[in-house]
Amino acid sequence: MSSPTILHGGGSGVPSGTAAPAPAASTPAPRGRRRERGREAALAWAFLAPSVAVFALFLLYPLGRTLYLSLHGNDIIGRPDRFVGLSHFAEMATPEFGGVLLTTLLFTLGVVVPGVVGALAVVLLLEGVVRGQRLLRGAFALPFAFSVASASVIFSVFYSPGNSVLNGILYQLGLDQVPWLTSQEMALWSVCVTTVWMNLGYGVLVLAAGIGSIPKEINEAARIDGATGPRLARDVTVPMLGPQLFFLVVISTINALQSFGQIHILTNGGPVGSTTTLVYSIYQYAFAYGTSDFGRASAQALVLLLVVLVCTAVQFGVLERKVHYA
Amino acid sequence: MTAAPSTSDPAARTPARGGAPRRGYRHGPGRLLGRAALYLALAVLLVPVLFPVYYVFAGALMEPRELASFPPRLVPDGLHPDNLLAALEAVPLLRMYGNSLVMAGVITVSQLVTSALAAYAFVFLRFRGSAVVFALFLSTLMVPGEATFIPNYLTLSGWGLADTYAGLVLPFLAYAFGTFLLRQSFRQFPRELYDAARMDGMGHLRFLWTVLVPLSRPALTAVGVYVFITSWNMYFWPLIITRSTSMQTLQIGLNSLKTGEAANPGLLLAGAALSVLPTLALVILGQRFIVRGLTAGAVR
Repeated sequence: MSSPTILHGGGSGVPSGTAAPAPAASTPAPRGRRRERGREAALAWAFLAPSVAVFALFLLYPLGRTLYLSLHGNDIIGRPDRFVGLSHFAEMATPEFGGVLLTTLLFTLGVVVPGVVGALAVVLLLEGVVRGQRLLRGAFALPFAFSVASASVIFSVFYSPGNSVLNGILYQLGLDQVPWLTSQEMALWSVCVTTVWMNLGYGVLVLAAGIGSIPKEINEAARIDGATGPRLARDVTVPMLGPQLFFLVVISTINALQSFGQIHILTNGGPVGSTTTLVYSIYQYAFAYGTSDFGRASAQALVLLLVVLVCTAVQFGVLERKVHYA
Repeated sequence: MTAAPSTSDPAARTPARGGAPRRGYRHGPGRLLGRAALYLALAVLLVPVLFPVYYVFAGALMEPRELASFPPRLVPDGLHPDNLLAALEAVPLLRMYGNSLVMAGVITVSQLVTSALAAYAFVFLRFRGSAVVFALFLSTLMVPGEATFIPNYLTLSGWGLADTYAGLVLPFLAYAFGTFLLRQSFRQFPRELYDAARMDGMGHLRFLWTVLVPLSRPALTAVGVYVFITSWNMYFWPLIITRSTSMQTLQIGLNSLKTGEAANPGLLLAGAALSVLPTLALVILGQRFIVRGLTAGAVR
């Protein structure tokens, strides 16, 4: 298993999505062969069964049940007790839910744009480093080890209004204190900063792997033509990183849409709902404060599902196209 | 000869990037300034990235009064275990450590087994609709967990599995990402070896277990490390499915530290430091595998 990528590219072309041609078993008699095939298929399904069972029970069935719940009202402990049609969806046309969507959008932008730009800046700068490049890349990747909870807890110390580290540093620099989590204007951006910090390492690893896959001849040729430093980065490296940058944008977007822990730990959706994103709103309706409003929460979960599906579909669509002429 | 000095040239250690000539031309103050700017920019980016990593351990080892001082201290004046001990006392962190370990361990092993079996079926076994089933497998990856958590919570509570290990792990015993990654790896397995093993009358399970798995260890490790880190770090699901402190995972315990004691920074940093040790070790020691697992979708 020395160099998978080379084997991969040089081998059978590997069109995505199609199954590998099965081994051409030179079985003797047609009847025996038929039975052999039947046994093979049975074995295949036996091998797939554990995965299929988990997907059916905890993915497919829940999707159906989410749809069912979204069309029903429920009693105080969350049991669906009446059909309400699409009224949960109609109720979303309120300024309140509009605010949730806007917060989700701002949060996503505030995480994806700095995250991708930052990761790109890091890998491009690292390209210019001759010695210690791997070590530095590893250092930039370290935050990846931190869970949402641990990162959020650390940043809550940084942000805490009393003896906070960040305000202390600002104080020593003679700058004004910042109400990191306590002001409606700042809180969302503070949560974004935490998220960007957590995710930067992932972006660096993805883009560094992309740079590693750029054929050396291309860099050599560009160098011989006199392109160095910033010009090499702008005219060669960044364009060649197109697919990885696109992948990173989509994955970061999906991750941002699903972010929950940092909001739960840092702000609980506040102050005054200013950090309540779609996922957090789902959580609040379903599980917080003992409301158990599974109907409304499920309707919102379907909205989330739809948004994520669109993002994924865009990714697959564009990537499929790219594969053909990359 | 011009070839001789290249061995003593430090830049020659990265031959693929065309070491020797790079140092040769375009010397001078402009280039030096460029270098300086490069390292300065890297430092400006690196400091905020590494500061939290440093501070979580530094702060965890400070004395409570050091943490309470303003402006805050950045370097502990000694190694004090007070915060660590207090954190362990405030919340049953060791028990939660165990819970996280059990949860992440079971999920990792289970996903490795289910993924390897499914990937084997897709690569080595012929059956009707293989391509369609694989596409369906992939489509499961598009569904965000948050869209299924409510029904899963209801199902598992209905089975009386809320606040149990089974409830923590059941929805995650299989995941198509591992199947996808292992399928890529199994496809590179030399077909002749497979045919030879089959000719010798070796059964599928035995071939999978004694030949394929040992030879696919890098891919399995990549999947394993990735699954372990992501499930160790899970937050939403453990938060809703567990109730008692004795069943909570470490990540939920961290939140309890925050809400329980009146935001004592020492406890929080100590808890975070303890919680991050295993994954930090994995990231430092197993970065090669992580890169492989993480970037599988990005690099073809």
